[in-house]
Parts: sequence; C-alpha cells; structure tokens
Amino acid sequence: MNNPSDKKQGVQTTGHVWDDDLCEYNNPLPRWWLWTFYGTVFFAILYWLLYPAWPVGSSYTKGLFNDITYTVNGEEVTTHWNTRALFMRDMQSSPAAVRQREFLDVIAATDYEDLLADADKLAFVRSYGRGIFGDYCAACHQTGGTGIVGRYPNLSDDDWLWGGSVADIERTIMHGRLGYMPPFRETFDAEQLDVVAEYVLSLSGIDGGDAAKAQRGEVIFKGMAGGCFHCHGADGKGLPSQGAPNLTDSVWTIANVPAAETFDAKKEAVKGVIHNGVQRQMPAFGERLSPVEVKVLTAYVHQLGGGQ
Amino acid sequence: MMKHETIETNSGLLIILTLAVISIGGLVEIVPLFYIDGTVEEVEGVRPYSPLELRGRDIYVREGCYTCHSQMIRPFRDEYLRYGHYSLAAESQYDHPFQWGSKRTGPDLARVGGKYSNDWHVQHLVAPRSVVPESIMPNYPWLLDNELQYADVEARMKALKRVGVPYSETVEEYRANVEKFGEDVARTLDIGRARENLVAQAQAGNFDGNGARLSEMDAVVAYLQVLGTMVDFGQYDEGHFAQFR
Repeated sequence: MNNPSDKKQGVQTTGHVWDDDLCEYNNPLPRWWLWTFYGTVFFAILYWLLYPAWPVGSSYTKGLFNDITYTVNGEEVTTHWNTRALFMRDMQSSPAAVRQREFLDVIAATDYEDLLADADKLAFVRSYGRGIFGDYCAACHQTGGTGIVGRYPNLSDDDWLWGGSVADIERTIMHGRLGYMPPFRETFDAEQLDVVAEYVLSLSGIDGGDAAKAQRGEVIFKGMAGGCFHCHGADGKGLPSQGAPNLTDSVWTIANVPAAETFDAKKEAVKGVIHNGVQRQMPAFGERLSPVEVKVLTAYVHQLGGGQ
Repeated sequence: MMKHETIETNSGLLIILTLAVISIGGLVEIVPLFYIDGTVEEVEGVRPYSPLELRGRDIYVREGCYTCHSQMIRPFRDEYLRYGHYSLAAESQYDHPFQWGSKRTGPDLARVGGKYSNDWHVQHLVAPRSVVPESIMPNYPWLLDNELQYADVEARMKALKRVGVPYSETVEEYRANVEKFGEDVARTLDIGRARENLVAQAQAGNFDGNGARLSEMDAVVAYLQVLGTMVDFGQYDEGHFAQFR
C-alpha cells in the first residue's frame, strides 16, 4: 500500500487518497517530453501570429509578415496569407510555372506549320502533350492513341473520320463530335442487309464473298433504297464532313472485321453495325482547356501518326 | 481557486469542465464559418440536383464511391493542371453530405462532368479495365441491370429540404426558386413534379444508351455528368475567388 506518509519507499504520490488508502503515483514526465510539449506551445503561438488564426468579431486575425502578392489584369494585389492567393502566386511566379510559360508562350506564338517542322518545339509538344493527352484523351483513345476497335477511333494511324488536318483536329478537340449512323433495322430486310454487308466487305477487297450478292448490295448502297452514299460517298471513301469512314481501306473502327476469322463472321460484324447503327460522342474540350493547351494537344495528336 | 482535487473527485464537474475545454476547438474553428463573409462565395449557376441526379448521387453514396474518390480540387498548381479550377465552397452548398476530401485512390471527381462521353461512363462503370487497363476500380455491372427505383424520390427531396436545400413544395417556394434559379431550373426543383421530371430527364439524356428502360446507370451517369459544370468560370476574373479568403 502506498500511503502518502510512507516516506521510506521514497515514492511521490499526488496526495489524493480514496477509500482510506488508495493513492496514485506522481511520476514526473521525462524532460525531453516536457520540453517538446513547451516547444509545441511556442510553435502554436508563433503560428497564430504569422498565419490567419483566431476569429475576432466578424473577421479574424490575418497573420503578420506573411502577405502574398499576385497580379490580376496587370494590377498587383497584396493580401494576407491564404491558400487561394498562394495558388495565384504559384501559377504566376513559381519557378516551375515561369519556366513552363516560356515554352508555352513560344508555342502560342508559333503557327502549326512551323510548330510541326521545328524539332525543338515538337519535343516540347510531345512531353507536355503527353500529360494532357493522358488526362483527357487516353481514357477513350488509350495511352498510345490506338483507340479500341468498335468503340474509340485510333489516332495513331493515317485514317481519319473527321479529317486529319490540324484545323480539323483542332475543331474536333474544341467542339467535340457526334458520330451518327442511323440503324437500318427497319429499312432493310434480312436479304438486303446481307447483300449490303457483302458489298461493304467487297469494297475493301476481302475475299470469300459472293460477287452477285455484292452487286445487288451496290445498287442499294448507291441508290435511294439504302442511301449509304449520302455519307460514305458513291465510291465508299467516306465524307469527313459527316465523320463517315472510308469503307474501301482495311481500317475498321466499329465492326471488328480483322478479328473475325471466317468470311461469315466478318459479315456478321458488318451486319451488326448496319442493323444497329452507330452513335458515338466525343466531348468538347474548348472550355476545359486553354487555347495553348488545345494547340499543344492538336499538334500532339497530329504527330502521333498520319496527320495531314 | 478551485483545487485539482475538487475536480477529480467530482465527476459531474469534471464532465462539464472537460466539455468546456474540448468545445473551444470547435467554437474557434467552426462557428466563425457561419458568419465570416465569403465562407460561401457568391457565384452564379450553382443549383440543387435534379431528381434524376439526386438518385444518381444516392447510388454513388450507396456504392461507396467516396471511399476512393473525393470531390474537392485543392488550390494547388498540380491539382489545377490535372483536374481544373479549384473547388468552391459554394459548389457543394447543396450537398448533404458533402464529398470533400483529398482521397486520391481514384482521381478526384469534382469536375468530371462533361469530360467523358456517357457511353464511356457506362462502359467504364461496367468494366473499368476495358477502357483503362491499369485501373484498380471494381466492376459495377449491376448499375446497368438494376431498374431505377424512384418511387421515394419526393421523400428524399423533402428530407434534403429540411436541411436547407431549396426544393419547393408550395407555390411561394416555387416562385422564390424561379426568382433565384430561373424558370427551367425551378421546375426541376419542384417536389410535386419530381417523378415526371426524373423520367423526362432520363429519356431526353438517354445516359445508359438504352432508351427503353430506366436503369440505375441512367441516374449515376446523369449525376457524374453534372459534377463541377454548374459554375462558368470564364465569367470571373482570375483573382475573383481569392478575395473571399
């Protein structure tokens, strides 16, 4: 039993006694702990002085010696420390931002022709554009821009739905695109669907089809019964203004013909697209990205391969 | 002077004094936010969620999306470059509960609206790795299978109304909303028309790519597509929002 009067043991107690003889030890804290504690108190006081801290009426203490200056519309604004002002200053004058802006200013002042011809500027486009592309475009078009057959177009080949010039690419990025082909499920009966698919496959020179069927399909394709020529052109080479693909090459964006092994499987893939139609959307990024970011991204996509 | 012993031996007093001490932190940090000007910025365009978006948000919470995704872009240069303008307090003024945080297991979703197509969201929610090979997000295929339950959407709106979201029940409240948000938005906030508004928005938007039925996917995608899109930052000066701090 630790009695407060038990001096022999040399144990300090708090002096409180409960239930006649219940006491508690009073062991002093280690010195290092105590000084660390005092240190945090001192830190807090310093912090209250330097940073916005205590509410006072309908305002608060703003902090001393800690003003932040940034520029808005050419005018300098000085304000008490706060994260938004700090962000403004960071965007305007942090070393990284300043160095990056040097490059971006050059890009902004260069037209596409010079940009794509200049190896140094193109190197910047590749490294800076990679980040923007990764964030905004890669979700659909994939990291390398190769897309997913059946869903999202490949940007790294020289086949373009909406045109591959810088003006076309920029327009696509700024305003987005709505790719639409009507479903023909109510227009074509089974026989018509079959022969049109035969014709479409014959356009890209795929062997194994029935020439007579393809010929009947051609009549529908080029006539008012199908009206396919309105968008894909009478020669099947597609109209970029409609986002209609060239059907005469061996690039497939929706029907996964290359993956199908037999001719019948290829035909089923094409029939599926004609039957169900196509509805695809590319979002518009004109308001999300700054003009110079759009420019970098346009040049980046153009140089991925096959820019026109 | 009160003796330490007096406090220690009197549990009622100890409780009261303990509460008094620990409430200082709360009083200093929380209470001023209620009356310091500019805690919630004055900004145009922020409105409560439409019934369909609200159901989408409830499903978002139900599925625990918040355990990996937060919705708060902090005012740092790196976050700005990746996610866009930093989030404003005003933008989540109708969120109960808000989705703030700095959880970045998945990317921040505060400005995901309009960034990807509806079709992409559907594909991505059903099978994330089919579009983002390195993704660690789970599949949510049932969102497409489950029919959207919305019979209780009025009750959900009324509950939010009790905590201050201006959904309207009476003609006066509706008129106040017309004044504040314009007629088109005010109509979507009317509890009496909640179900028809929900169906109409889902049919017009066709968010899940299947116009024939109303799935949970419709609601979730409608919600995701509105995130962070309400404020038009183009109309404000670069430094406008810094003055509220």
